[in-house]
Parts: sequence; C-alpha cells; structure tokens
Amino acid sequence: MTDFSDAFAAALGLVLGLDSSLTEIVGLSLRVSLTAVAIAALIGLPVGAAIALFRFRGRFFIVVCVNALMGMPPVVVGLIVYLLLSRAGPFGVFGLLFTPTAMIVAQVLLVTPIIAALTRQVIEDLWIEYEEQLRSLGAGPGRAVPALLWDGRFTLITAILAGFGRASAEVGAVMIVGGNIDHVTRVMTTSIALEVSKGNLALALGLGMILLVLSASINAGAYLIQHSTKRWHA
Amino acid sequence: MTAPSDDPRILPLELDDVCFEAGGNRLIKDVTLRLEPGLKTVIIGPNGAGKSLFLRLCHGLLRPTQGSVRWQQETGAGRHQAMVFQRPVMLRRSVAANIKYALKLHQVPRRHRADIIDRVLHQTGLKRLADQPARVLSIGEQQKLALARAWALEPQVLFLDEPTASLDPAATHSVEEIIAAIHDAGTRIIMTTHDLGQARRIADEVIFINRGRILEAAPAGRFFEAPENDLAQAFVRGELLWWNKGQDNRKQGLPPKEGEG
Repeated sequence: MTDFSDAFAAALGLVLGLDSSLTEIVGLSLRVSLTAVAIAALIGLPVGAAIALFRFRGRFFIVVCVNALMGMPPVVVGLIVYLLLSRAGPFGVFGLLFTPTAMIVAQVLLVTPIIAALTRQVIEDLWIEYEEQLRSLGAGPGRAVPALLWDGRFTLITAILAGFGRASAEVGAVMIVGGNIDHVTRVMTTSIALEVSKGNLALALGLGMILLVLSASINAGAYLIQHSTKRWHA
Repeated sequence: MTAPSDDPRILPLELDDVCFEAGGNRLIKDVTLRLEPGLKTVIIGPNGAGKSLFLRLCHGLLRPTQGSVRWQQETGAGRHQAMVFQRPVMLRRSVAANIKYALKLHQVPRRHRADIIDRVLHQTGLKRLADQPARVLSIGEQQKLALARAWALEPQVLFLDEPTASLDPAATHSVEEIIAAIHDAGTRIIMTTHDLGQARRIADEVIFINRGRILEAAPAGRFFEAPENDLAQAFVRGELLWWNKGQDNRKQGLPPKEGEG
C-alpha cells in the first residue's frame, strides 16, 4: 500500500508543482497521439465508408485484413516502421527515426485499421437504413459517403475514441521508433516503462495516474458531446 | 406550384412483359402496362401481392429480370421522379436540413433552396418544426416531412408505397390531403395501398395485383362498381383472399384461374 500512497504523493507533487519535465512528457504524449488519431481519422473514415458501400473484387479479403490489422501488436508495427525509417531502409534519407514524427507514423499505422474497421460497420448499418431513400433521391454509394459519415458522426466519435485509446496506451511502437530519448521522444508510456525498470515505482504509478485521468477526461468529454446531442440521432 | 414545364415530360411509362425474380421465385409476372400522365393511380391487392415490388421496378430501384421499363424521356428520368416509402427514412439532421439535402442532390441552385424549403414546410404544416431534429418527430409528422421532401423536388411522378400504413386516421387524413395537393400542383401520383377505403377516396384509376400479376386495371368508378376479375370482385366485397397451397381451390369457393394457385 505504501507504493500507492507514495505514488499519489509523487503524482500530486509533480502535477501541483507543474514539473517542467512532466509537462514536457505529457505535452509530447498528447501531441503525438492526437496528431496520429487525426491523421488516422482522415484516412480511416473515408476508407471504412468506401469498403462499406462499394462492391468490388477482393472486398471480402480487404474486410478480413482490416479487421485483422486492428489487433496488430504495437511492437510489430514499431519494428516495421523502424526498418522502413532506419538509415538502411527505404525512407532512411529523411532521418526520421527517433523523432516524434516517427512515433506519429507508427501510431497512424496502429490506429487507422481500428477507425476504418469500426467506420465500415457503422456505415454499413446506416446504408441498410438509407439505401432506398438515398438512391431514390439520386445518390449512389459515391455521393452518399459524405452524408453517411455526417449522419453517423455521433457513433463515429466512439470509433475515433477507440483509436485514441489505442494510441495513448501503447508503448511498444513508440519505444522502438522513438527510443525514449529524454526531452526528445519521451512520452508517458515509455517513461512509465523506464521508471519501472529503474525501480522508481512511485513515479511510474504517478505518471500512470496522470495518463488515466487524461484518458478518462477525453472519454468523458466525448460522452458528454454524444449525450447532449442524443436527440439528433434518436 | 407546378412541375417545371420547360423540362421534357417523362411520361408515359411503359412496362413491357416485366418479370422480377428473387431467390428462384417469380414475384412479378408478365406485367405489360402503360401509365399515362395526369391521373392518380392506386395499386391495390393483398399483402405480398407484389405492390411494393411493382413500384420499385417502376421507380428504378429494382431492375426487372425480364422485360423492360421505359419512360418516354429516358435521359434524366430519375430526376423527375420521387418516392415516399411506407416507413419514412429521416436523415439525422433537422427537418429543414432533410429537405435541403434532397435539393442539393438534385442540384437545385443554392439561392433557391431556402424559398423552396419554406414553401413546402408551409404547405405540409411543418413550418414550426423546421429546426427540430427530424427523427424526434411523430411518425405522422415524419411521413409529412417525407412528402414535403419529395414535393420540394417538384417531381413529374410521385410514387408512394403504402404511405399511411402505420398512421392513425387523423394523420392519414392530412397525408391524403397533401397527396391531393401535390397532384393538383401537376404531379402524377402512383401509390399502393391495401386499404380499400383509401383507394376509393384517392384513385382515378385502379390496378389490382395479386400474386405478382396484374389481374385488372380500370377507371376507379368502374372498378369499384363492377370489377371484372373474380378475385377483384372478392377483394372489393371485402373478402379475404387466400387459398391452401397444394390445393387448387380457393377458400371463397371461387373457380381457380389459369396460372394462379
């Protein structure tokens, strides 16, 4: 139990004291994960909607692949991005390895399949309801995509949140491609891993609590948005 | 308000030997028919007769597996038709935005949209609900909105698939009034119903369908006074149409008809 009380004390101390290295770590974590989720949403929402609405050869294969990619281990994604970005790799010339950009790239790869797969499900269900009406009004699948994404907006928030949960919680990918370099690529999950291995459990727990609170706040915000707009999607 | 006169007229609509099959069953059989401009046609028949399928084939939501469905003016015919479904499909937006979206799909210039929305909401009595989310409206109001949305497009032909099937008498009455107003404004009405009273109130012309086949098409007066087909006679008398599968005799004791049963 002392670990927990020490952790609380450490966490409170860090937060109340606005510890500069802590704010740097939290800021970078949020910047990396939110950017990755934003990019993944820009890709995953239209791709998921397209898979839902269009019938083409190999569609079944793509649906299975996207669903399977939802469960891809972060360390594997990290390793792949590492190989691609390392000096000897195809994108080595950009010198991106061990930078926040590399971490964003890895998280985009992790999050996009989650958003795409959940979007496909949401849009497919909406299309079942809307298809005849929209086709009657003159909108085939192509023209229906923006309308369906807009009408599914409240449910799609959940898909984006699931993506954010994945991005903010994973440690394997950002550790491999970022390297957990102090003041450069250190984020909350990698510092927790580091503090644990150093035996600094109180600090690790303190960071963990901050991570939990941040994650809970973002989820609570999204829930409130959904709740206050419930009558629109009754 | 009238349907735009400068656009080419898409009617008459000709169905030539139309069949529709699904899952190995022939659900619409050998339908040959010509629908002229002007009238209100009501398609009646028992549940499962193929009324809704017939409308969807006419509207182009389904393709016939055999035969052809041809408008006099094929190019752009889709733009001049609209359909209202049994269960109104409301987008998750405001009442006004539901109409706006339809106008946008029909490429109605932005500057005209507000006026059209205002007019059709006024005509359907939904003006005060313009900013409400469409999906919280009562089912009757939703159906009126579906009519307003269709009316906003000023279609030459409006298909209605049992538009009052789930409505109470008061809502049914206002929906029928709106349908009459849309017709008066110059739109051809083609609707299905299994409600004989409604068919009597609305129809200029009746098409009686049973088991996927048109058994009789006649002016409303003649159809209700003296239908020629035996099943149509039974239907107009308010008798129930059914028969035992595998037996060739109908419950009413009516003689079996060739190709039926």
